Order: sequence, then structure tokens, then C-alpha cells
Amino acid sequence: RLRQSLLGRLPGLSNARRLLSAPPSGMPPDDEKPMFPGSRSSFTTQLDFIHPENFEGIPVYRLVNRRGDLVDGAPEPTLAGNKDLCLQVYETMLQLNIMDKILYDSQRQGRISFYMTSFGEEGIVANAAALNPNDLVFCQYRESGVLMQRGMELERFMDQCYSNDSDINRGRQMPVHYGSKDHSFVTVSSPLATQMPQASGAAYAFKRMQNGLCVVCYFGDGSASEGDAHAALNFAATLDCPVMFVCRNNGYAISTPTSDQYRGDGIAIRGPAFGIPTVRVDGNDVFALYEVTQQARQLCLTEMRPTLIEMMTYRLGHHSTSDDSSAYRSVDELSFWDREDNPIIRMRKFLTKRGWWSDEQETATKQAIRKRVLQKFAQAEKRLKPNPMEMFSDVWARMPPRLRQQMEDTRRHLEAETSHYPELKNYKPVADVE
Amino acid sequence: CRSLAARLGPVCLDAASFSRRRLSFGPQFVYTPESADKSLGETSRMNLFQAVTSALDNTLANDPSAVVFGEDVAFGGVFRCTVGLKDKYGKDRVFNTPLSEQGIVGFAIGHAVAGATTVAEIQFGDYIFPAFDQIANEASKYRYRSGNHFNCGSLTVRAPIGAVGHGALYHSQSPEGFFAHLPGIKVVIPRGPIQAKGLLLACINDPDPCFYFEPKILYRSAVEDVPVNGYVLPIGKAEVLIEGSDVTLIGYGTQVHVLREVARLAQSELGVSCELIDMRTILPFDEETVYASVCKTGRCLIAHEAPLTGGFGAELAASVQEHCFLNLEAPVRRVAGHDTPFPHIFENFYLPHQRRCLAAIKDLIGY
Repeated sequence: RLRQSLLGRLPGLSNARRLLSAPPSGMPPDDEKPMFPGSRSSFTTQLDFIHPENFEGIPVYRLVNRRGDLVDGAPEPTLAGNKDLCLQVYETMLQLNIMDKILYDSQRQGRISFYMTSFGEEGIVANAAALNPNDLVFCQYRESGVLMQRGMELERFMDQCYSNDSDINRGRQMPVHYGSKDHSFVTVSSPLATQMPQASGAAYAFKRMQNGLCVVCYFGDGSASEGDAHAALNFAATLDCPVMFVCRNNGYAISTPTSDQYRGDGIAIRGPAFGIPTVRVDGNDVFALYEVTQQARQLCLTEMRPTLIEMMTYRLGHHSTSDDSSAYRSVDELSFWDREDNPIIRMRKFLTKRGWWSDEQETATKQAIRKRVLQKFAQAEKRLKPNPMEMFSDVWARMPPRLRQQMEDTRRHLEAETSHYPELKNYKPVADVE
Repeated sequence: CRSLAARLGPVCLDAASFSRRRLSFGPQFVYTPESADKSLGETSRMNLFQAVTSALDNTLANDPSAVVFGEDVAFGGVFRCTVGLKDKYGKDRVFNTPLSEQGIVGFAIGHAVAGATTVAEIQFGDYIFPAFDQIANEASKYRYRSGNHFNCGSLTVRAPIGAVGHGALYHSQSPEGFFAHLPGIKVVIPRGPIQAKGLLLACINDPDPCFYFEPKILYRSAVEDVPVNGYVLPIGKAEVLIEGSDVTLIGYGTQVHVLREVARLAQSELGVSCELIDMRTILPFDEETVYASVCKTGRCLIAHEAPLTGGFGAELAASVQEHCFLNLEAPVRRVAGHDTPFPHIFENFYLPHQRRCLAAIKDLIGY
């Protein structure tokens, strides 16, 4: 009110306004720099729209090419300096691939209800190898490689797919909805991108806890269109959350190609728009992926802010067992990526050229893996399903009386009508739970 | 007898600046202050928003992991529920978020998953819907779907709800009905400052994600002597506020005060003795107290501001008739907002007005 009354009395109102709302001393009064809240650019008299199609696009970071050779002028990759880790990463990718083949086939045979493969995207194992095992992971659904790299036992994957009595999730979720607190891997949920703002929030808590860890959040090119994705990036940036966002841009969201998903330069271009340090990487080059992940993690933790990695890759498999991708993409396209450009084939070429791998080792290792997987598979298949009353626990921390009544009514019903529920023989005995 | 200003209640707080032709809108009630248990110690005069601040203050003081955030929370909040907290506890613990309800709740869920106490504010219950996916598909299912490996139990989401006299479609809604349908969460609605503080602290300490809806018209109009220290009131327990023999009146939030007046009028105009129950918790709701009361009185009237069809009253009515059928003298009645969006100038005719409730009681008695 004082300012307003002063303005009213002084002659030359516009001069007075400038004086009274003058920027801090040292800045010229006549607008050479915009003073709007948050402004940081300059004025221009050149009327130019930014035409996004004129922008060449953020480059793809790559160290080793499709032939398995280090690109001319590329620095020696960190991962390549560790033979044991290289072989462990490679064998884990092979195991993921073989387990996927066996479980996919088991769905076609009617043994499990549903499955999703990671074909073409096994490189995610290299990304996981560069993390701290206690970095909290939020994922979408095609990141089993992360869980496998972290040491989740083969039978745990199968138990979940079979919804049997050893399933961590207690038989409550569809296959591939893995989760394990021991592996710092938050349980998968079907809705897309919901995990993203959660990752921002968890990272904020980690920052306050000063535990030296970051949060890693995986999502796909399709999920990046969801509102939650934008909220997640904006919150992470404004609230300085140490979360590494990793987008698996594999070209498709079920049948929707990326050309129908977005018009801008992929997902990477959105990072800087939100104020997030960003890199685009060849997701089929495990060496580049490892490098980028290490750097991103370092940035997250030293600067306490988010990072965005867009890993470019290709989804070799169908979206899921409920999909037949021949309906929307050509065999030629598929066979190119299958033969020439996927993480397994490219790493195999590099390792072979280094003298760290051979065709004999390839055959022997695959055989051993297959035998191991089939053995665990047979065990998982034999296990009984959980006691049906486990359907009622963990809804709330403690079962409320109304739900307990429903449980008791259900138990009594099943006991009275056992002969009409022959499937009960595949379950643990029906018994009330806490 | 009460003065005109008191009878008109909160809508007349700033009546002095308006002409005499100004209409009075909003729930018609007089707030009856309650007193806290003496054992809870020293009290201070607080209205409902101050009681909320007090609960948050206690929480931030005793739990280093606790944070409070939402739109405009840092300067004190549009309803002043967080005044002073940022200065006292720091901007890393009391902070503004960008304008995104789905972001606020998603972020809050993750923060709770990491194990930290999280109190998120949604500025108006009318704006909670962008967060509904996070609430329905994530928060409520987190523990169940992970085999109890993960949970977001340390989450509490607060939002103001209910009629305020002029809020119309988007500043008056009562969304509790949508949330009553989500196994895995808890839904709590206080009726006054003492209740508000105890129930909010109970929500914050509860091992499940809680949704705590504050009747906004009570923020300033409900004033009591509230204990300054922390205390909890039970979640999942309704409260019988008035004992009676002829009709059970069931409500929650602001409507409890309207029903108090209805009970008084039922006695004076109809000679009918009403028992008044405040549900306090919508989910999981206290069946025992409700059934015991209706089995005793034989008549049940449920009143809520939210629209009639599919409202929480429908669940109560179905459950009451199932459990009290043989004791009922009349069908279970509901007096609720109409099946319309919440209107502006028609608010008085929309709400479950005391005269509509009284008319329903007349029907119940004469059935």
C-alpha cells in the first residue's frame, strides 16, 4: 500500500514504476535482460519459432559396434577392463535368454498363464551391474535382467510364474510381476509409469537418510507418455531427488511404434526440458551402457539430482504371450535385429575377438544353463499353490473384522463344498490365517 | 436461546461486511465444543486447522523421518494448516511440490515405501481424482501384491472436503464414497478439533495408507480446548454422541452437527428420542456400534452431503438391513445430496438440510 501511494504521487508514473521495481544495483534499469521470475535468457527482436524438425537429435553414445570392435577413437570401456565381470554379465544374459525361452514355451503349453520375454533387451544386465546392490529399483515389467544380475535364484522366478506356495507374492499376481526386498527390487505392478513418481519420492527419502544410495527407475517408450512420467521428472528435478531414470526405448508399445508415440526427439529431449542431465545410449552395447550407468550414478549422488538415460534398443520378442507381433511388423525388420544388433550377439563378438570366449564355451555354457533352468522349472511346477485363505491376508496390516468374517465364510463354504472345487487338491490345505 | 449469529453459524463470521440482503448458505448448524480427557494434559484453544497444525507439529518433532508437503504448503497452506512448520522444521521437511496431484500422491507413496513418515496434502478433495490411479492401483495394493515385502503404510494423505457455503461443483465435494470401495486403505473424517488431532495422529501412526478428509467449513468455526501434546483416537471405531431409543441417526464430519440439531428438533417437535452416531472412520467401518444401535432403536437414518446413489450411505444401509432386519420397524432411510453435481446458488436445497432429515424421521416414525 505504501508503494502504491508513492506511485500515485510521483510524476512520470512509468519512470517511478521502474525505479521502485528496479533490479538489484549493478543491473541497468532499461531492460537488457528479462527480469521475469525465473528468467535466465535474453531478449531478441528476431521472431524465430523453434522448429523441432530442424534439430538433429541427441546423439547415441556407443563404444563397441555391431561387429564387436571398439569404435575408432573410443576410450577403453571400464567394463572391458574386468574380464570376470564381463563373463558374468554375458552368462547372466544367456541365462535370462534361455529362461525366457523355456517359460515362454511353458505358457504356450498351458503350464503357466502368461509370460513376457526380454529378448533383445538383455543388456539391462550390464546396467544393473554398474549399480550398488542396495540402490532401490522401481521397474516396469521387462527388467528381469536386473533381478537376475542381483542374484535372485532361478526358482524364485519360476515360483512367481507358477503362483505356487514358494512365491514371494503369495500367488496374488500374474506371472513376471516379480519383487524382492532382499534384492531391493520393488514389486512390479501392471499399471504403466505409476512407479515413476514413486521413485522420485523414494529418492527424496534416501537423500534425507544420507545413505549413499540412489533410486533407479525403469520405464518404456510408451510409459513415457503417461502423466505420471511427466510428474515424476518434474518432481525429481524440482525437489533434487537422486533418482536415475532409465528409459528402455525398444521401438514399440505393444503394437504402437514410436512414430505413433511421440513427435519429438524421443524421450531424451524431455530431460533437459525438466532440468535433468540426460544421455542417450546404445542399449545393445553393454560397454556403453555400463559406462553411462556408472557416470549417471555418480552424478546423482555427488550433485543430489536426477539423471535420465534413454537406452535405445529393440524388442525382439512379442509384447507378451498375448501378442503376435507379426501382425504389425515385418519379418525383415525383426530378423535384422535378431541377427545383427542385440546385446548378446554383440557382446559375444567382442568377447570372442578378445579371446575370452569361444564357440565351444558358448555351446557348453548354454547346455549347462538349460539343464539348470529345466531342473528348477520341474521343481516349481510340482509345488502346490498356497492355502486359499492367503487371499485374505496383507490387504491391511491387520485383518479387520469384516474381512475376517468373509474369510471364515469362505473357508466354511469350501469345506462344505469340497467336491465341487476339485482344483483344491493343487493347493495347500484350506486354513484360516491371521 | 441462541443469538441469530450463532444460529446461522460460520456463514456469518464476516457478515458485518455484507448487506442485510445477503443470503446465508452452507450447512446449517451450531458447533458444540467438546472437551478432551483430562488425562491428556495441558490444552490450548484451537480451531480445526490449528488442531491439524498441532498434530503435524507433534509428528515433525518426534519423528525425524517425517515430512509434510503439497501445493502451497510451505507458506502455511491455503487453509493455514501448515503455518509456521517450515520455519520450525526446515524446507527439506515442509515443502511445496509442483502442481500435480498424481505427482504428489505418487511421490508420497514412494517416500513411504522407502520407510519414511509421509504426510501429503491435496489442496481440495475435489482435486484428488488425478491421484486416483495411484491410490486405487498402487497405495491400496502395495502390501498385498508384494507378499508383504513392500508397503506404503507410513503414508497419510490429507484433503479438505465438504460444503462451505459457496464452493459449488469444485470446492465442496465429499469423495469418501469412492475411497470406501478400496480394500487396503483407511478413510477417516473428523467432526471437530479434538477429534481431528487425535484421528490425524492415529492415521499418521497407522501401518496402512490413510486418507484423512477434513470438513473445510469446520476449519475456523469449530473451536475447542485441544491437548497440546500428542494423543491418538481409535481408527475403525464409531462414537455414540447422544443416546436415544427411537431412531438411530448416522453421519460423519459436518453432518454430525446438523444431526445434533435434528435430534434436538425431533425431541421438541415430534417427541422422538434419537441416538446419534459419528462414524469417524469410513473404511474399515465400525459395524458393531451401528448394528447394536439400530437393533435397539429399530429405525435408521443415514445422512451425508455426498450424492445419494452409490454413496457411503448405500453400504451402511445394505449392511444394516442385512444384520438388523428382524429388528427394523421401517426401511433404512438416507438423506443425502441429490444426484447432481454440487450446485452454487442452490446449495441450501441440495444439502441434507435439517428439515429434510426431520421430514425423514417423521416418515420413519409413521411408517
